[in-house]
Amino acid sequence: MATMTAAAVDTFPKLLIRNANLYGARPAMRQKDLGIWQTWTWGQVLEIVRAYAVGLNRLGLKRGESIAIVGANRPKLYWSVMAAQMLGAVPVPVYADAVADELAFVLAHAEVRFAAVEDQEQVDKIMSVKDRLTKLEQMVYDERRGLRDYDHSHLHPIDDIIAGGREALADPAVGQWLDAEIAAGKGSDPSIILYTSGTTGTSKGVVLTGERSIHAATDTVKFDKLTANDVALAYLPLAWVGDHYLNYAQGMVAGFCTACPENSDTAMADLREIGPSFYFAPPRTLEVLLTRVMIRMEDAGYLKRKLFHYFIGVARKYGERILNKQPVPLTGRLLYWLGEILVYGPLKNVLGFSRVRVAYTAGEAIGPELFGFYRSIGLNLKQLYGQTEAFLYLTAQPDGEIYSDTVGPACPNVDIRIADNGEVQFKSPGMFAGYFKDEGKTAEALTPDGYVKTGDAGFFDEKTGHLKIIDRAKDVGRLSDGTLFAPKYIENKLKFFPNIREVVAYGDKRDFVAVMINIDLTAVGNWAERNNVVYGSYQELAGHPLVYDMIADHVAEVNRSLAEDKAMAGAQIKRFLILHKELDADDGELTRTQKVRRGFIAERYAPLVKALYDGSKEADISTEVTFEDGRKGTINARVKIRDMQTESAFVTEKAA
Amino acid sequence: MRAPSGPDVAVGDVLLSVENVSLSFGGVNAVSDVSFDIRKGEIRAIIGPNGAGKTSMLNIINGFYHPQQGRITFKGQARSKMRPHDAAFGGIARTFQNVALFRGMTALDNIMAGRSLKMRRNFFWQLLRVGPAMTEEVEHRRRVEEIIDFLKIQEIRRIPVGRLPYGLQKRVELGRALAMEPDLLLLDEPMAGMNLEEKEDMSRFILDVNDHYGMTIALIEHDMGVVMDLSDRVVVLDHGIKIADGTPDEIKSDQGVIDAYLGVAH
Repeated sequence: MATMTAAAVDTFPKLLIRNANLYGARPAMRQKDLGIWQTWTWGQVLEIVRAYAVGLNRLGLKRGESIAIVGANRPKLYWSVMAAQMLGAVPVPVYADAVADELAFVLAHAEVRFAAVEDQEQVDKIMSVKDRLTKLEQMVYDERRGLRDYDHSHLHPIDDIIAGGREALADPAVGQWLDAEIAAGKGSDPSIILYTSGTTGTSKGVVLTGERSIHAATDTVKFDKLTANDVALAYLPLAWVGDHYLNYAQGMVAGFCTACPENSDTAMADLREIGPSFYFAPPRTLEVLLTRVMIRMEDAGYLKRKLFHYFIGVARKYGERILNKQPVPLTGRLLYWLGEILVYGPLKNVLGFSRVRVAYTAGEAIGPELFGFYRSIGLNLKQLYGQTEAFLYLTAQPDGEIYSDTVGPACPNVDIRIADNGEVQFKSPGMFAGYFKDEGKTAEALTPDGYVKTGDAGFFDEKTGHLKIIDRAKDVGRLSDGTLFAPKYIENKLKFFPNIREVVAYGDKRDFVAVMINIDLTAVGNWAERNNVVYGSYQELAGHPLVYDMIADHVAEVNRSLAEDKAMAGAQIKRFLILHKELDADDGELTRTQKVRRGFIAERYAPLVKALYDGSKEADISTEVTFEDGRKGTINARVKIRDMQTESAFVTEKAA
Repeated sequence: MRAPSGPDVAVGDVLLSVENVSLSFGGVNAVSDVSFDIRKGEIRAIIGPNGAGKTSMLNIINGFYHPQQGRITFKGQARSKMRPHDAAFGGIARTFQNVALFRGMTALDNIMAGRSLKMRRNFFWQLLRVGPAMTEEVEHRRRVEEIIDFLKIQEIRRIPVGRLPYGLQKRVELGRALAMEPDLLLLDEPMAGMNLEEKEDMSRFILDVNDHYGMTIALIEHDMGVVMDLSDRVVVLDHGIKIADGTPDEIKSDQGVIDAYLGVAH
């Protein structure tokens, strides 16, 4: 019922009023302060935001102007977004950890006259680039400490602004004026500008409108059956579309409670205390959590350790099937039930997942092991796919239809098509209105018939009808026989094996796919120790025939899984080699964010790439390396190359 | 370098004065005939090369050592013999060069320990945790939580300090000293063993403590950059003798100080 009324409301301020009427006494926001959770109800939030809006207006903020929001997830910054929207002004959230230069770019580009910031750190940062922000006039801040001696002619505590607004609201005329302002807001007005992180060139300001945002959120709230009884922990950056969509928009539409952590480092503990029912985490976070659990289990006593590993084994066998409501033998059910009491329940409790009903992950490919682990212990983890321009989501996995290598079917009312070059294109209820002050880029992102280009390549899986994202469209190439070649898709499949650290795949305009592999020293070293494999150096281990055999098994497994996809079957790996040194950012082989620089590596290891394709059994390579103290040296090596059987071949004997 | 102090911090009144103090251990003169004062609301640094008598000086102020000669006046009262806990009750708190915390206790409990001398109810009341003792405990806890918030150590509240990295232990120790709400805070090498980032954080906290609580701080520090940035006035000791006293700028250009640090050709 709530969701139906939401669709009729076209701006967030109107939605806030609806929530105050519908859920007035229910919690809207929580934050831990001085060690105690504080709660604000929807009624209180409306009252505060009204006062805040009046206060901001008295400082000079008007319809159509923009206000930067800089800081962590704190109620007062969420209220800053709401108050600005109430006045028809446009909030522009900025990543709290952005360096001064990035901050200056966004603030200048968005032409902000106002900034609502968290604390002294952000005030200082903005002050340091003040020359470039000619339009900036007023700053308001949440945290007072350290700011007392600053010049306060253009700097105000948010509390004072709210108090001032509250006083002014004592006059009924002011209240009426504010009501008129709220009523004047149109659904087609920009409701927020979200700047993309700018991994590809300078960041662009994605303009979203209230009406579309609310439509989009209404669809997904219905999809996941979110209600006012749900609770979410807002710990992802305010400026990221995910936070604005998952917590702000969905929270407003469903009327659920958004809890803010005490500070960014306490999120884990806060998660446990709050026990959210709706949870989002990028794969990296889930991986860190799992590693932490595993390490702590290794430190536990013998009995506990045995118990844990036994029941995790049970969970791997039956857990996902139980979660997917598939048939499971009675003994399996009984064992799982016992495991739930002894292991999974307590584990979920420690991780803060006890009450999670819906959990999502997105952002990058998630390993099937990792994904399977969380699902097997009973966490309803699902994948979604989307981007800022779509107001986050395009596809999401429905309950019971979960596969680790797909991102689900298109969401309700989302229209997705695959262009001839393999690019995913969409039309969706939440799609953006355009890039701020950049019609050229807006036009570039749209097709003539109004679809948005995602820049990602993908295809719909024939068996499941789910979308599979394979790579950035510009990286996708074709083998010389025309088969689709998505390097990252292949690399990721290999990288999910713990023994493999990095992979570089080649194949564009070539006859077949070949890969260069970096082994993971920790995992393979551990394996070597257990199997009495003696080695003196990384180079020696990497070249060991047994290591080659092990990696060959992994490659064969990847080939099998590639063979299952009709679109990918032609792009199986025919030859591989194990690199004699670890790829390193210091040598320019990886970016600082640990992404492989395929082109650079191809040049640097040209003799190896050549050998991969000319059929030689081994090749000599000499590479210059940079040591940590800046000195340079040379590594010489003779690297072996293995041929692989592809799955279509009849011969099943192990590759030589 | 520093922003001017706020209105409620009246720098000027002498809080503690040390007059002609001498201390020797057997034949070694740790401190000889040193005089200086610490004014309310200032950050006062005591510096000097190794073995200059800095820590001895701090221990004298703290009442841990008793000078053989000289006079110490604290809050207008000359004091004779006293023990460290008298100093604590008198309003002097300190941190140590090599962290002295209860390693098995959590950060929260360590800071709560700093409140113990402010507890008015006796042990049995506190054990029962009823009535006035409970009210008092809640009030103390609130103060401690304010300090935790101030030092931004919420995430380590429940972690035994023995498991914390060194920089954080130092911060917890500062928290415990703050919990005593002292008139004078003595910091013995607050930056020792820290990396650059930790030093910057610590400097920020020291400045904030001084600014926010208007607290008078006397610190010993080796890192000259830190000292010159933080302090209002600096006293320089060398071989137990005061060789200079003044603002950081004066100290920087003082030939005697430069000689003491760099050595002189004989």
